[in-house]
Amino acid sequence: MLKRLKSRETILLGAIIALIALVETRFSGFAAPGNLASIFNDTSILMILALGQMTVILTKCIDLSVASNLALTGMVVATINAAMPGMPVAVLILIAIALGMLMGAFNGVLVWLLDLPSIVVTLGTMTIYRGVIFLISDGAWINAHEMSDGFKALPRHVILGLPVLGWIAILVIALFVPLIMRTPMGRAFYAVGGNPHAAVYTGINVGRTRFNSFVLSGGLAGLCGYLWVSRYAVAYTDVAGGFELDVVAACVIGGISIAGGIGSVGGAVLGALFLGVIKNALPVAGISPFWQLAISGAAIIIAVAFNAQSERTKGRVILKSAETTS
Amino acid sequence: MTLDNTKQPTAARGDTADLAPVLALRGITKTFPGVRALGGVDLALYPGQVTALVGENGAGKSTLVKVLTGIYRPDAGDIVIDDTPTQFQTATDASDAGVTAIHQETVLFDDLTVAENIFLGHAPRTRWGLIDWGTMRTQATEILTRIGANLDPDATLRELGIANKHLVAIARALSVQARVVVMDEPTAALSRAEIEELYDLVDRLKSEGKAILFISHKFDEIFRIADRYTVFRDGEMVGAGMIADITENKLVEMMVGRPVGQVFPTRSTNIGDEILRVAGYSHPTEFADINFGLRRGEILGFYGLVGAGRSEFMQALFGVTKPSKGAIKIDGKIAIIRSPNEAIEQGIVYVPEDRGKQGAITDLPIFQNVTLPSLGRISGNGFLKMAEEFSLARKYTERLDLRAAALDQNVGNLSGGNQQKVVIAKWLATLPKVIILDEPTKGIDVGSKAAVHEFMAELANEGLSVIMVSSEIPEILGMSDRVIVMREGRIVDEYDREGLTPEKLVRAAAGYEESA
Repeated sequence: MLKRLKSRETILLGAIIALIALVETRFSGFAAPGNLASIFNDTSILMILALGQMTVILTKCIDLSVASNLALTGMVVATINAAMPGMPVAVLILIAIALGMLMGAFNGVLVWLLDLPSIVVTLGTMTIYRGVIFLISDGAWINAHEMSDGFKALPRHVILGLPVLGWIAILVIALFVPLIMRTPMGRAFYAVGGNPHAAVYTGINVGRTRFNSFVLSGGLAGLCGYLWVSRYAVAYTDVAGGFELDVVAACVIGGISIAGGIGSVGGAVLGALFLGVIKNALPVAGISPFWQLAISGAAIIIAVAFNAQSERTKGRVILKSAETTS
Repeated sequence: MTLDNTKQPTAARGDTADLAPVLALRGITKTFPGVRALGGVDLALYPGQVTALVGENGAGKSTLVKVLTGIYRPDAGDIVIDDTPTQFQTATDASDAGVTAIHQETVLFDDLTVAENIFLGHAPRTRWGLIDWGTMRTQATEILTRIGANLDPDATLRELGIANKHLVAIARALSVQARVVVMDEPTAALSRAEIEELYDLVDRLKSEGKAILFISHKFDEIFRIADRYTVFRDGEMVGAGMIADITENKLVEMMVGRPVGQVFPTRSTNIGDEILRVAGYSHPTEFADINFGLRRGEILGFYGLVGAGRSEFMQALFGVTKPSKGAIKIDGKIAIIRSPNEAIEQGIVYVPEDRGKQGAITDLPIFQNVTLPSLGRISGNGFLKMAEEFSLARKYTERLDLRAAALDQNVGNLSGGNQQKVVIAKWLATLPKVIILDEPTKGIDVGSKAAVHEFMAELANEGLSVIMVSSEIPEILGMSDRVIVMREGRIVDEYDREGLTPEKLVRAAAGYEESA
């Protein structure tokens, strides 16, 4: 598995590099370190959300409520900041993460204890969370001038050529690698998605594992709520509308099997970066935003077809001689 | 029930000298890799008669049904219909030839109506090629009345109980002008009253001249409704004749026969103190009042017919399902098991019957599969220690002699036998006290069976206690120190190894008292 995943990631990385190189040949400066850092920075939120989504998808579930979760936590922290400008940003970030985890836990409880399909649960909470934003804001916007300077400055503060937003993404990735590869919980995500029946007999609580993944995904969505609202310095009901589909797309392009049990941190990150490069490259090349959508869509289908192909070749091994060659 | 409006003359019991079989199988052989499921069997089905097919699990009955219904193609032999040898290439061929099967669990469509289920695939059409709903409903009602089923043709199947679903399946069989009806343990899931209704229906089908093949483990019903019998053992036909000419004892003898050429490993009879005691374990619907003890180094066999509640009880013992009452003691101390995780902590592990579905996680590498239930033991501060994980995996895969290129190879890339080794290694790595093996040799070839038996004996000799759920009599007799027989969710008998005969087991499991 490791070998194949590695090769899948290598191919994706190759595709990203080829894409950057292609754009560079026609528009010099695209591959300049400053521009690449800015693409990475632009893709940070997508990467963070894709990592949370990956844990959910690994357990054979899906979380469609991430963008609504993000928008609601963003609105809440922006409202608090507007009302109490003196509250430290660190506290607001903790509130955002906690609120996000709470919303994730609500999804998780419905999936775990009521045994409801996650696509239905999160389709419902996606709408509910979005609706709550309207209730607390009355449809009004919170604009840049209502936010404190500290609130807005943090994600844009540049360290070593990369804004803090990008560094937060790197930190999340760095925490995720051991979490997924080296903890019993990370292992449980794979086991539950790979074979839920077997996981039960192995002493793994399938429902609780899924709950954990939703809490994780929700907490990261909450963190991104603060990052999004502070970076763009505006909070309103439709923030990040439809962004959950980009997140799922990033996971799928990154080789995370929608059937569960297969995927890697590197895959999710590269999947997000691939979308980020396309989003940044096409306007530079003067391609209309409508083509952007079509190209992103084509990338998803190609990625899925590719993954399906590599999963299919597995098949059943009956011949002894075939065991060692795989 | 009227007999005189049938097209074919109905023969009285025993009087078949002048009858030609509707369908006959001659010399049917079917081999799977490593297993010969059927070795040149013969079977004849006569119009207006019920032929009972009896045999132990693994005798080849299911394979025969699949050959009859066109799902398997035999390697050799003929299917003769009206004296014409033919071949069933597909299930449709069999159905066109008038062979239809009613399975233990019916294969119908829950969300379609009764009428739609009866006529699916051959619904009456209007002039425009559309389905003629009126005619379909009328014909459905007609057929249902004919079999004495008072069902609304517009009811969806989901609303019906199993017995009524059987009736729909039978109505469907009649709607395609079936001449041969195969019934594969149709009463297994029915209540007493429903069984009586099914018997009436079988009588009706007989009176319509259908040839019926009736597969059953229950002696009372075989003697109640069958005219003829055919006995299979180990894929061969060992006897056939008229029910009137045979006794139950004789039938049991034919079924079990003598174990052929199977050698079981010798064991040291070094059995220690009681390690597990189960008292009064009950479940609202699956089993009741299970009491037994298990000693160190003992192999305890659980025998019973399929559906006797053995696996269901084992799952409760392992914490997958919750018992309604009862208690367990492990090493003399009360133990509470509410989840598989707690069972594993208490030293009980369960190797399920369906290893493909419930055993290995094929997308994970070998070492991760092996260590999955033991992760707590190999982690510190919440993180797994990779070196310890590898050494644990290596230790147990080597012990099981697993031949694989590398431990980080995916389990999905291994052969079936090696996948099974991974599953067993996984459980041994938890250092269990009691290991429950559910049908450990089901569906594997003779060579692998011997290896599993060898290994089981080795474990017991080392002091591990084994509970072996098995439906194979030779295995139960050859391996167990003690045997518990379950029937209909209860323990009905317990035997020591000494003096235990196959006949005793079969009688206890089938609920047939030794009176004749």
